[in-house]
Amino acid sequence: MFESINQNLQKVFARFQRGGKLTDGNIQDGLREIRQALLDADVHFKVAKDLIDEVTNRAVGEKVIESVTPAQQIIKIFHDVLTAAMASDKPLVIGQHGPTVIMLAGLQGSGKTTTAGKLANLLKKRGRQPLLVAADLQRPAAIEQLKVLGQQLGIPVLAKTGVTPPDLCAEAIPFARANGHDVVILDTAGRLHIDEPLMQEVAAVKARAKPHHVFFVCDAMTGQDAVNSARAFHERLALDGVILTKLDGDTRGGAAISIRHVTGAPVRFVGLGEKLDQLEEFHADRMASRVLGMGDVVSLVERAQSVVDEKQAEEAVTKLLTDEFTFEDFLFQLRSMKKLGPLKDVLAMLPGGLGAQLQNAPIDEKQLDRVEAVICSMTREERLRPDVLDVDRRRRVARGSGNSLDQVNAVVKQFAGMRQMMKQLKSQSGLMGKMAARFMPGMSGAKQHKAQVIEEMRKKGDLLRAKRKMERDRKKQNRRRR
Amino acid sequence: MFKKLFEGLKKTRDALSLGLRTVLSIGRDLDDETLDRLEETLYTADLGPSATAMIEKARKAYKLREIKTTDDVMVFLRKEIEDRLGERSELELRGVPPTVVLMVGVNGSGKTTTIAKLARHFTQQGKKVVIGAGDTFRAAAAEQLQIWADRVGATLVRGKAGADPAAVAFDAAEKAATEKADVLLVDTAGRLVTQAHLMQELSKISRVLGKRIPGAPHDVLLVLDATTGQNAIQQAEKFKAAVPVTGLIVAKLDGSAKGGAVVGIRERVGLPVKFIGVGEKADDLEPFDPKEFARSMFEGHTP
Ligand SMILES: Nc1nc2c(ncn2[C@@H]2O[C@H](COP(=O)(O)OP(=O)(O)OP(=O)(O)O)[C@@H](O)[C@H]2O)c(=O)[nH]1
Ligand SMILES: Nc1nc2c(ncn2[C@@H]2O[C@H](COP(=O)(O)OP(=O)(O)OP(=O)(O)O)[C@@H](O)[C@H]2O)c(=O)[nH]1
Ligand SMILES: [Mg+2]
Ligand SMILES: [Mg+2]
Repeated sequence: MFESINQNLQKVFARFQRGGKLTDGNIQDGLREIRQALLDADVHFKVAKDLIDEVTNRAVGEKVIESVTPAQQIIKIFHDVLTAAMASDKPLVIGQHGPTVIMLAGLQGSGKTTTAGKLANLLKKRGRQPLLVAADLQRPAAIEQLKVLGQQLGIPVLAKTGVTPPDLCAEAIPFARANGHDVVILDTAGRLHIDEPLMQEVAAVKARAKPHHVFFVCDAMTGQDAVNSARAFHERLALDGVILTKLDGDTRGGAAISIRHVTGAPVRFVGLGEKLDQLEEFHADRMASRVLGMGDVVSLVERAQSVVDEKQAEEAVTKLLTDEFTFEDFLFQLRSMKKLGPLKDVLAMLPGGLGAQLQNAPIDEKQLDRVEAVICSMTREERLRPDVLDVDRRRRVARGSGNSLDQVNAVVKQFAGMRQMMKQLKSQSGLMGKMAARFMPGMSGAKQHKAQVIEEMRKKGDLLRAKRKMERDRKKQNRRRR
Repeated sequence: MFKKLFEGLKKTRDALSLGLRTVLSIGRDLDDETLDRLEETLYTADLGPSATAMIEKARKAYKLREIKTTDDVMVFLRKEIEDRLGERSELELRGVPPTVVLMVGVNGSGKTTTIAKLARHFTQQGKKVVIGAGDTFRAAAAEQLQIWADRVGATLVRGKAGADPAAVAFDAAEKAATEKADVLLVDTAGRLVTQAHLMQELSKISRVLGKRIPGAPHDVLLVLDATTGQNAIQQAEKFKAAVPVTGLIVAKLDGSAKGGAVVGIRERVGLPVKFIGVGEKADDLEPFDPKEFARSMFEGHTP
C-alpha cells in the first residue's frame, strides 16, 4: 500500500535535497507535488488542501532553522501533521464490566460481517466471552455467513427471523447477560448513507442497544466519497472509531486521513486479510511514515519475524553480504516474500528509497510461482553454480517445470539481473548491511555484530575468510545448541 | 436510466436553491474561480489524473478564447469525458451457446449480486441460465448464490465449501453444455490483486472453462465498486493481466459516489463499462450510457 505516494514524495524530496534552504518558492513547488501525491492516494480534495495549508503555515514559520536540510525539515513537519491527523489522544478501552456492546455499521460490502468475526476472535483471545448478533436481516445468507464464522471460532451467534434489527439488538443485551457473555458484537446490514429509511433503522439500533462503541467499517480502497459516507454515518451514530479493511491490497489508503478529518473518529483497527486473525491495531505514526516514504521498518520487522525462519534468514543475509547469492537463496527469498505478503508491500516498507529502486527491478509478482517451479526443477549443483546451466540442462529444467525454454532462460536472466543488483546495492556504502541488520529478525546484539564484522571483511575484499569464519561460527553455535 | 441515482441525489440537496443558482449562472462569463471549482467537482468524482488533464485543456481553451462562458465549459468538459469513455459497449451472447461469462473483482465489490442481476437480465429474455458457484472460500457464499438463483430462476452448480473453484467451474460448464443452456455465469471469490496465488487461481478457472466449452469465457467482467478511488486503475490492470477481461460493471452507483475512476480505466487500460448496478435487487441493473454518465459527473456541482 502507499507505494505510489511514497515514490512521488521521494521524487519531491530529492529535489528539495538539491535545493538548499527553504524558500517560499521551493516550498510552493514541493507542496504542489505533495498535494498531487495526496490526491493520487485518494485523500479528499478539500482535506488535502487543509493539510497543505497547515504545512505551509508551519514551514514558513520554521524556515529559519539552518542546522537541518530543507528536505528533513519538510518531511518532519509533514510527518507530524499526518500523524496528528490520524492519531488518537485516547487509547481504546473496551470495558470490563457488564456486557460491553460494540456496533458495526457501514456501506455494503465494506467488511462488517468478517470484521465482526475478527473482533470476536480478538476479544476471545483476550479472555472475553463474546456474543455475535446477526442483525443483517436483509442480504441473502447474511445470517448464515455469520453463523459459519461463529462456528469456525466457537463463538455463539444470536440469530432470529421475523423481528426487526432494533428489536433483535435490544433483546441481545439481556440475552448476553443471562448467558454469561461480557461482549456483544452487533453485525448490521450494509446500507447507503443516502438511504433515509435504512439510516433511520440503524439509528434505531443504536438507540435501543445503547452500544459502548460504534465503529464505522470502511473499505481502504474508498475514494473521494469516503468523506460523504463517513460524515453521514457520524451524524446519525456519533461514531467513536473506524475500522479500515482490505489494507492488505495495494491501495494507497488516503481515505484513512479523510475520514478522521471529517468525523474526528480515529481508526482503531485495520483488516489485513480475509482470515479471522487478520485484524491489527492501527498505528498512526507508521501510517504517516509510509505515506512519507520513510519506510515502515517496524511493521516489516514484525511481519518478517512471524514468518521467516530465523536461522535461515540469518544465512540469507550472510550470503547476501558475502556475494554468494545462489538460486537456493533466490528460492528462499521468494518463499519468504510470498509469506510476508505482497512483494510491493514489502518493498514499499523498506527505508531510504530502496523500495522505489527495487520496484523497478525485474521482479514480476505474477511470475513468482513460475520462477519457483523452475528453480525446483534444477539440481542442487545447478542451483549453487548457475553457470553450469547450459542449453541441455535448461531444456531439462523446462520440461521438468512445465515451462518453455524461453521462460527458463528468462528466469536465469532475471536471476543474473538480481545478482547484479545485489552487488550494486552493496557497493552503496554498506547500506544493505545496515538494512539487513534492522530488517532481518534476530539480528540484534551479537548477531548484528557478526554482520558488521562480515561487512568489514567484505570491504577488505576478503570474502573467503568471511565465509569460512561464518561457517566456523555456525558450527560452534550448533554444537553449543546440541 | 439513472433514475435512482438522481433520486438519491435529490434527497441530499436543496433542489430549489440549486435551480436558482443554475438560472443565474446561465451564459455567465467564465473565470478562473469557476474553473477551480470545476476541478474540485471532477476530482471529488474520483476522476483523478484525468480531471487534471481535462481542466488543463479547458484552461488552454479559455485562454485562447475558444470557450467563453460557464455554459461553454460545461459542454466542453462533458464532451471530454464522453470522448474518453468511448462508444457504448453492450454484452452480447457470442459463440455457439452456451455463452460463458466469468465474473471477477476485489472483495465485496458486488460480484455475486451482479450475477443475480445478469441472470435476471437473461431469463427475462427467455434464455436458459446456469450459474457456477465459483466462490468456495467465503463463508456462505454458495448459500447466498443459491437464494439468488432460486429468485431469478437459474440453475446453480455448486461444490463443497473449500472445493477447488476450477473444478466447480468445469462442472458448471459441463452442466451448461449438456443441458443446452444459453448462458453460463460463473461467480468467483473476491480477491485483492496483491494475492498472486489467487490471481493465478483465476487464470486457471478461465482456462478450465475453455477446455470444456470452446472459446469460453466469452466475456470476463470486472465488477468495480463505485466508491473505489484511484486503486480502481490498478484493479483493472492486474485483473486484465490475469484473465482476458472484456469489460466493467460498476456496482453501487445508487450511492453518492460517482464512479469517475472508470474514465481513467477506459483511457489507460482500455476497458469499457457494460452495465451499472443501482441497487440491491435483481432488477437494479442498467446498461451503461456514456452520455448520461458524463452528465452525472457534474450532478451536485454548484455553478
Ligand atoms: N482481503 C481482505 N478481504 C476482506 C477484509 N475484510 C473483509 N474482507 C472480504 O470482503 C468481502 C466482504 O466482506 P463482508 O464481511 O461480507 O462485508 P459486509 O460489510 O458484511 O457486507 P454486507 O453485509 O453485504 O454489507 C468478503 O469477501 C470478505 O472476505 C480484509 O481485511 N482483507
Ligand atoms: N446499493 C447497492 N448495493 C449493492 C449493489 N451491488 C451489490 N450490492 C451490495 O453489496 C454487498 C456485497 O455484494 P456481493 O454481491 O456479495 O459482493 P461480492 O463481490 O460477491 O463479495 P465477495 O464475494 O465477498 O467478494 C451486498 O450487501 C450487496 O447487496 C448495488 O448496485 N447497489
Ligand atoms: Mg455483512
Ligand atoms: Mg461473492
